[in-house]
Amino acid sequence: MCLGIPGKIVEITDGDRFLAIVDIGGIKRQINIACIVDEEHSAASCLGDWVLVHVGFALNRMDEAEAQKTLDLLQEISAAN
Amino acid sequence: MKYVDEFREPDKAKALIKEINKVSESAINYLSNGKKKEKIKIMEVCGGHTHAIFKYGIEEILPPTVELIHGPGCPVCIMPRGKIDEAIELAGNSQVIFVTFGDTMRVPGSKKSLMQAKAEGADIRMVYSPLDALKIARENPDKEVVFFAIGFETTAPSTALTVLQAEQEGIENFSLFANHVLVMPALQALLSSPDLQLDGFVGPGHVSTVIGTNPYQIIAEKYRKPIVISGFEPLDILQSIWMVLKQFSEGRCEVENQYTRLVTEKGNNPGLNAIKKVFTVRSLFEWRGLGEIPDSGLEISPEYKQFDAEFKFSLSNKKVADNKACQCGEILKGVLKPWQCKVFGTACTPETPIGACMVSSEGACAAYYQYGKNNPKILVNSNR
Ligand code: SF4
Repeated sequence: MCLGIPGKIVEITDGDRFLAIVDIGGIKRQINIACIVDEEHSAASCLGDWVLVHVGFALNRMDEAEAQKTLDLLQEISAAN
Repeated sequence: MKYVDEFREPDKAKALIKEINKVSESAINYLSNGKKKEKIKIMEVCGGHTHAIFKYGIEEILPPTVELIHGPGCPVCIMPRGKIDEAIELAGNSQVIFVTFGDTMRVPGSKKSLMQAKAEGADIRMVYSPLDALKIARENPDKEVVFFAIGFETTAPSTALTVLQAEQEGIENFSLFANHVLVMPALQALLSSPDLQLDGFVGPGHVSTVIGTNPYQIIAEKYRKPIVISGFEPLDILQSIWMVLKQFSEGRCEVENQYTRLVTEKGNNPGLNAIKKVFTVRSLFEWRGLGEIPDSGLEISPEYKQFDAEFKFSLSNKKVADNKACQCGEILKGVLKPWQCKVFGTACTPETPIGACMVSSEGACAAYYQYGKNNPKILVNSNR
């Protein structure tokens, strides 16, 4: 029920209505990006962002630097074992 | 797939399991505190985690001292029979097109499920997004389109935003049958129950992308249980279990965040604002298996009542007690394992579910049934 899938925003179809196209593993879907647009992030600036897609909405923006930190830590643990 | 595959690498999983093994001994020593303790019980709150744990066989590779308890975090599983009856009542109205996520179709009401009601002729449609329901409303102006809004804070922003869009477009034949639930009141109710035996939590990742990690402070501070907010891939879950154990071994009790790529302390503002705008907290909501929990649900706020199916249609609002045979409540509290229920796998199966824990693939009973049947090791490991 609370599933979410990472996808990359490849097109902003209609910024005023928060509509964008997201690429999820090669499959393109229209989603609503209202949850990731605020004063700091205009709709147009969301192009290229990685987001978590849930029931037709971008639930949140992926922090790519944080993802890398987690992967680095996992790599460290793996190297030590 | 990026941000998925990297979190599934078997070599890294092996390394994490070694770390878990290393740390579990000092963790259990710390928890034993003089008395002998056999198992460290960690609850994964979210049904999505339960599903992943079974899919990847995570229970089997953990040390015997670490036991996972599958929590109440499947919003489909906790929908009480009375609510399903009301949904069927709405769907039975010839003026109504009733729209729902597919997950709810097989949840048993007191007499039937939505699936059976559909077979009997009710106009019930399954969609992937609440926006699809709005589209159906646009295309059928002579009908009232009611969307069965369920889910935790993960899903509530999307239904709230759909209502706001309906308002903006002036769509009048659209409403929600709002049954959203809130994760913290449910966890607090669980933590207050005297028979609960839990040492720590793997916290729900996607709910937390919306609410942030701050609301969980009370779990560490007041209830003295560590909690680690976790992602959904196998490495995420293993790392989170390791982080919980590490807290014990170091004598800490904190809210930690493993899922930093998507979860912040404060959560998602536009999402939270949409929830605040459209919904208010219900003073009481009934959870299947857990009973009534104060302030644990959401209803449409007075300003948006033209989008509230409960306002547009008068519902009978009957309470229906849980089936007596069903022990979902004990299972959700971590007191019993699914196979300890008398009707597990006999009268109650995914084809003929009695309780809701057997309905969705995120329910503990369905997960045990599906994976335990093909893999008796799970049942053996659980000391049947
Ligand atoms: S096996 Fe069926 S009846 Fe028993 S607790 Fe699970 S869902 Fe309820």
